[in-house]
Amino acid sequence: MIPELGQFALILALVLAGAQAFFGIFGAARGDLRWQAVVRPAVAGQFVLISTAIGALVHAFVSFDFSVLYVASNSNSALPTFYRVAALWGAHEGSLLLWAWILAAWTLAVAIASRNLPASFASRVMGVLGFVSFGFLLFTVATSNPFERIFPVPADGRDLNPVLQDPALAIHPPMLYMGYVGFSVAFAFACAAMLEGKLDQVWAKWTRPWTTMAWSFLSVGIALGSWWAYYELGWGGYWFWDPVENASFMPWLVGTALIHSLAATEKRGVFKSWTLLLAILAFSLSLLGTFLVRSGVLTSVHSFAADPTRGLFILGFLIIVIGGALALYAWRAPMLKSPAGFEATAREAFLLYNNIFLVVAAAMVFVGTLAPLIADALGITPLSVGSPYFDRLFPMLMLPLGALVSVGIHAAWKRGQLGNNRRRILVGLGVAVLCGLTLVYAVYGPGKALTPLGMVLGVWIIVSSLFDPIDRLRRRLTLPRAVLGMTLAHIGLGVGVLAISTVESYSVERDAAIAPGESLVLGRYAYRFDSIKPIEGPNYDGVRAVVTVLRDGEPVALLHPEQRNYWVQRSTLTEAGIASRWNTDLFVALSKEVGGGRWSVRAQLRPFIDWVWLSAALMALGGVLAVSDRRYRARAAASEPAVAQGSAAEAT
Amino acid sequence: MSRFLIPAAIFLALAGVLYVGVVHSPNKSTMQSALLGKPVPDFNLPVLGKPGMTLTKAQLDGRPWVLNVWGTWCVACREEHATLLEIGRQNALPLVGLSWKDEDEAALDWLSQLGNPYSVVAVDHDGRTAIDFGVYGAPETFFIDAGGRVQYRHVGPMTPEVWEREFLSRVPRGGLP
Repeated sequence: MIPELGQFALILALVLAGAQAFFGIFGAARGDLRWQAVVRPAVAGQFVLISTAIGALVHAFVSFDFSVLYVASNSNSALPTFYRVAALWGAHEGSLLLWAWILAAWTLAVAIASRNLPASFASRVMGVLGFVSFGFLLFTVATSNPFERIFPVPADGRDLNPVLQDPALAIHPPMLYMGYVGFSVAFAFACAAMLEGKLDQVWAKWTRPWTTMAWSFLSVGIALGSWWAYYELGWGGYWFWDPVENASFMPWLVGTALIHSLAATEKRGVFKSWTLLLAILAFSLSLLGTFLVRSGVLTSVHSFAADPTRGLFILGFLIIVIGGALALYAWRAPMLKSPAGFEATAREAFLLYNNIFLVVAAAMVFVGTLAPLIADALGITPLSVGSPYFDRLFPMLMLPLGALVSVGIHAAWKRGQLGNNRRRILVGLGVAVLCGLTLVYAVYGPGKALTPLGMVLGVWIIVSSLFDPIDRLRRRLTLPRAVLGMTLAHIGLGVGVLAISTVESYSVERDAAIAPGESLVLGRYAYRFDSIKPIEGPNYDGVRAVVTVLRDGEPVALLHPEQRNYWVQRSTLTEAGIASRWNTDLFVALSKEVGGGRWSVRAQLRPFIDWVWLSAALMALGGVLAVSDRRYRARAAASEPAVAQGSAAEAT
Repeated sequence: MSRFLIPAAIFLALAGVLYVGVVHSPNKSTMQSALLGKPVPDFNLPVLGKPGMTLTKAQLDGRPWVLNVWGTWCVACREEHATLLEIGRQNALPLVGLSWKDEDEAALDWLSQLGNPYSVVAVDHDGRTAIDFGVYGAPETFFIDAGGRVQYRHVGPMTPEVWEREFLSRVPRGGLP
């Protein structure tokens, strides 16, 4: 009964989404206030209904209702409660439901926060969001119903995919979706502006906090996924250029470009049509990410199980939403005029360079990810470009970007001259060269060709970010959260560059077969295999080893790598043993028993790998701080023209 | 007007590619394997139903052969079994089964009940050889050439079309040595 209730709620939500789209867009077009008045109640109702559907599905999972196909496919009576709730988004149908729910939540937030916006504009924004929601709900109800029953009812479920049974992965999809779906707000703002035929600096001011918030969520989501792959899959790295990873990275790159171009549009009224295009692009890539992961078009673990009708549906949806937005763009963007002129060394120019590098990087990832698909469509033998392509090209784009950040961060709007900031640039570069080269040649020893460059750039970005806030403090000026947030995010970038340079250059790893009592030596460290014994978990059994890590003969860490066999899905999973120290990770993964009591073991030293994820956290924190800045909270600010360019606003 | 149309044009081209990708489902199962074109990983596995015997890579070198990864617990393997029986009857290529993470008894039962299409079945209890081959899930089928190199990988149930197009077509003209 309850699952049917959930399904019914979902269908009602679909109807409301249709009403929201129709009355939102056409109500504004006709200038009919009664039509527009339908929109907000529809948004609220939709949120309540989709929440009801989510509740119904959670109830089915928690109460072991294996008569629901989705529950039977993705849980088991031995599955712990926490994962029975997280199993909600463990597969296709539930993920879509989560997507729709998060969209409803974002739309509700927009409905509440847009009361100060002009009525017709707010109505159009919510109308566009309603249209997106309608598409997703229709897709869910028509092709991917999570409430489908199964008869005869199985005695037990097939269990959640064991690789998903992990706390970080349980919260990774909601975070990622908060980011993906959050870009729909920027998209809706862009579409509404194009429908109105008007885009001014106030528009950019409204759009910025939403975009930055979505970007922050996406940063956290990507970092969580990467962290999970590190310790759960036993791969021992932080990024593998896997199609699914790339699918989330492309919207992030374009989203990063978008938050920077929005800043220029807000402050100087420039890049209007470019900003619109980026807003469309960021959300399009989010949709495409969902499409690639969910349709099985790209090689994925379950590509043969994918349903072509689903792929076609999403493709049709993509064509209507993205194609429609781009057609609107082709029609309206030529009418937008940007005030002419800024120096090639002004802040606008640096933001433009930043955008070029980020968008080219996104395009590079895009081509690399879709190469197999394009080759297939052209009838060439399927090929996969693999990580060598990305590893070679990506630093070539990111290292110049790092230098641009370090220089451009000092530039002033419009008439910025590098000469005015010569001291800051030279001091920053001097400190960076000194620290970077010390790190390379005195602390770690020479690494790869790009190592010194990466180290110097990382330090340079951090030092450059600090000039402005320190200057403000010294002059006893206020330090607005927007500036603080930007500084933090840029420091995060610098930390990320440093961490990646270190881990790429100085990681050591060794595979060997050793028996209990024997050791594996990695530089100053020795991994001593002490013992191994069987273990039993709630839905798996396996073995756990005890490995002592010694540094110069002194024990420094105790690791417990595991090998788990999940009963229901018959899969073997590696739980790596990791000891995180501030400057390095000691990592050991247990592979297989090779006979004679010997186990094949992979041991690694990964310096500063945790700082890669920390850098993402810093960026996200910076984004959240910037969003909480006073000028976004001020009620009246929404309706006044954006002329208040005090020194605080000037810098952001 | 013109330059503002460029994004829409690029998108349309992309949509076309994606459309082909979705509709062209047979090619979808051509998973890229890191092994394509590379030598078969070494293995030394017990032979199902023949205690004491082992199958190694060296025994198979010198002629093309096909490796099919299966398990009795795998529904899609049951689906492809009829096709495999037909392939076994053709006897065009040696079909080597890899009993993946399975009980020997269950595997033998399965073969006696449904018929045995394989020339020989190797047993991979802990799934290590399958991992060396980069197997994602059962069933998967590999074509290995006379030089011992993996030339093709099919993911998912085998179908007569795939067999004709991707496997038989790779056998050198003039038949087998």
